[in-house]
Amino acid sequence: MTDQFYDEILLDHNMHPQHLHELPTATCSHAGVNPSCGDEITLHLDLSEGRITNGSFTGVGCAISQASADIMLDLMIGKTPQEALHLAELFSKMISGEITPEELESLEEAGALQNISRMPARVKCATLSWRTLQQLLSSYLSQ
Amino acid sequence: MNNRNYKQDFPVFSEYPQLVYLDNSATTQKPQTVLNAAEQYYRAENANPLRGLYDLSVKATEVYENARAAVRDFIGAASEREIIFTRNATESLNLIAYSWGRANIREGDEILLLISEHHSNLLPWQILARETGAKLRFLECGADGAYTPAALQNALTPNTRLFAAAQISNIFGRVNPIREFAEICHKNGTLIVCDGAQSIPHIPVNVQELDVDFLAFSGHKMLAPMGIGALYGKEALLDAMPPFLYGGEMIESVTRESATYAELPHKFEAGTVNAGGAAGLHAAIRYLREVGFDEIRRREDALTALAFDGMKQIPHVRMIGADDPAEHHGILTFTIDGVHPHDVAAIFDADGIALRAGHHCAQPLHRHLGIPSTARMSIAFYNDEQDIKAFLSTLKTIRRRMGYD
Ligand SMILES: Cc1ncc(COP(=O)(O)O)c(C=O)c1O
Repeated sequence: MTDQFYDEILLDHNMHPQHLHELPTATCSHAGVNPSCGDEITLHLDLSEGRITNGSFTGVGCAISQASADIMLDLMIGKTPQEALHLAELFSKMISGEITPEELESLEEAGALQNISRMPARVKCATLSWRTLQQLLSSYLSQ
Repeated sequence: MNNRNYKQDFPVFSEYPQLVYLDNSATTQKPQTVLNAAEQYYRAENANPLRGLYDLSVKATEVYENARAAVRDFIGAASEREIIFTRNATESLNLIAYSWGRANIREGDEILLLISEHHSNLLPWQILARETGAKLRFLECGADGAYTPAALQNALTPNTRLFAAAQISNIFGRVNPIREFAEICHKNGTLIVCDGAQSIPHIPVNVQELDVDFLAFSGHKMLAPMGIGALYGKEALLDAMPPFLYGGEMIESVTRESATYAELPHKFEAGTVNAGGAAGLHAAIRYLREVGFDEIRRREDALTALAFDGMKQIPHVRMIGADDPAEHHGILTFTIDGVHPHDVAAIFDADGIALRAGHHCAQPLHRHLGIPSTARMSIAFYNDEQDIKAFLSTLKTIRRRMGYD
């Protein structure tokens, strides 16, 4: 297919998300809203062992927000909250165009969202799940 | 279809000859004559209107008041005292809610709205109800977006003080039977507020024929500049209402402790007014009159039917509202199976086609319909068949470009 609108990785995560489901073992959930369109996703994490042993998301959104959430969970599962927050920080740096090539490496597939910084109308879609994760983990760590 | 090229009258289409603009319900483009009128005002007629005693200020006042006379005539009001200039429909609706609402609504009263109302015709009443202890109730529609007079009749109670409804919904494009609604309301002792934001640009509106108590609309959706709108109210109602905003221009005399207020309509126009915007609105009315609502309807109906019929043939495209293009007045809201409306709009944008996606400031309606968000294309008379063809040809490609076979 030559005329696909988004990057292959993004389209694939949107069409076949691995982490779009409920998570019965979740210990924390947190909802995030994209105020520009009203789309809402809820992030579910199992933090019972002090790290993200499992995670999922529920809710609706555009291809960018859905793929971004799915890619993010791929990256985050297995990480400690501190490592996860650091990666979320790098993701923000990528979106604002301040990331170094080495840092970009550590974001793995999330690097496919780098071009979003050229679509200002869609930045909020790409960052929705990451901001939601940051909120969830910050409040988890401050408990 | 008459082949006059109306786009020639709109400079934006010389700036962007390829632009396919199908977001007219959000705001229309502006014809040269409107730009000229606003410029002429600031070049040769500008002073603070209603204040000065010198020639230029008299001229500014004349421009401003002539615009008011044009609005009165355009909507068939009885008197210029019934035309209040505001910034937009939102401000007009807030003016009613703050001024009339706080003076008249009490605990236990009911305010009735359509479930499809724009947030601008919902939030002012929500806040009013919360502050006064009144009850907010909604008339619901089916999937075709229709509301019947009988349904209104059944929903009214002896406590219903106010009913607010758009004449044309910005999602369905369907015309509501406002005249019948007004008759039913008045028999019940209920006031009727009509949101004309989407109807004024598309159909002739006459407030005395409709017999509405208030009508709100925005200039920017009817070819005029942003920042000028109007509120029509029956004189006896406006007369009895307290001012909304306080300050200069709206007074008769002021002492240290108190003030008496100016007569209508200036009582409701505190502070320096938007005379340049009013001049632009006047020119927009003149231009719309010149084109004529018969021609506007003929063109918009033909384009709406062309788009509607084309959309119906594309698999996975689902139309919102009536199954008859004649009920849509240029507003076609839709979804595509498996593709989020934001992605739909992004793909149209990539092909140079401007349209809107989201909840269109009507979240309660989307919830009622069980659809989180939609895409909407909206037509004006200056659109042409090429625009519709471009729209349909992109629409056909969307699922494929999102990775479906
Ligand atoms: C039906 C309806 N009412 C009210 C409004 C609010 O108009 P404005 O933003 O110009 O105040 C709109 C426009 O978006 C509308 O479509």
